[in-house]
Amino acid sequence: MLFYPESFKVSTPTDREIQVERDFNAPRQLVFDAFTKPELVRRWLLGPDGWTMPVCEIDLRVGGAYRYVWRKESAGMEMGMGGVFREVVHPEKLVATEKFDASWYPGEAVDTTVFEERGGITKIKLTVLYESKEARDMATRSGMDQGMIAGYNRLEQVLASFSTNG
Amino acid sequence: MVMQATTSHLNATFAALADPTRRAILARLASGEATVNELAEPFAMTQPAISKHLKVLERAGLISRGRDAQRRPSRLEPKRLAEASRWLEQYRQFWGASFARLDAVLEDLKPKKTRRERPSR
Repeated sequence: MLFYPESFKVSTPTDREIQVERDFNAPRQLVFDAFTKPELVRRWLLGPDGWTMPVCEIDLRVGGAYRYVWRKESAGMEMGMGGVFREVVHPEKLVATEKFDASWYPGEAVDTTVFEERGGITKIKLTVLYESKEARDMATRSGMDQGMIAGYNRLEQVLASFSTNG
Repeated sequence: MVMQATTSHLNATFAALADPTRRAILARLASGEATVNELAEPFAMTQPAISKHLKVLERAGLISRGRDAQRRPSRLEPKRLAEASRWLEQYRQFWGASFARLDAVLEDLKPKKTRRERPSR
């Protein structure tokens, strides 16, 4: 089996965008499914080791919502995000809004995912467009701390409930 | 407070990096120090215009300038640049790890032609 990890690129095409590119040795339909069927998404969209995806809901139609929650059991961390589909062109293109529950950047971002197949290899291009350059820089700068922030927020809630319940 | 200070100097770094001329100046300095004169030439800009950009870069900590009053050569301060590029690294880590898993998921999804049983690893 052939994989193309060297095709992986992260770039900033404009000062409000981040773009991720990657080739996959699979037909476009399969890659599109892997991006849009919850039972498949939760098997791979996990980031670094140790995270699971207990919530993965996708209502794949224009105006339909999606919701993801990631959890790192060992560290008691959780983070959620979701949005609404603006464009669904099967199996070529997806446009959806994105907003994290404990958002650390202003406004909503818009994700555009394009699937292009050539000779059995599918290239995906995922572009995140932020409302401003500042939002993009904030989003990308502190993204890794986000899980931890969410964890602390939960801890605070738990402590607060202790003090009010006696 | 420490975090606040870090954030504001990162802001200065990002503001400095937002300008294409300044990024080009940094790229030029990556191959060695240069005077204002030497920098003005390839960019077809006046010396005062270049000096203005150098001031922004210096304030952001991306370059330092020599003491020699005549030449004041500019040189790259790679540490600050490395700090600023770390944020893209977070995206790389998240997506890099996820895509490696996706490779395996896709392989799994492909119709199996000859084998009925999955290999044990």
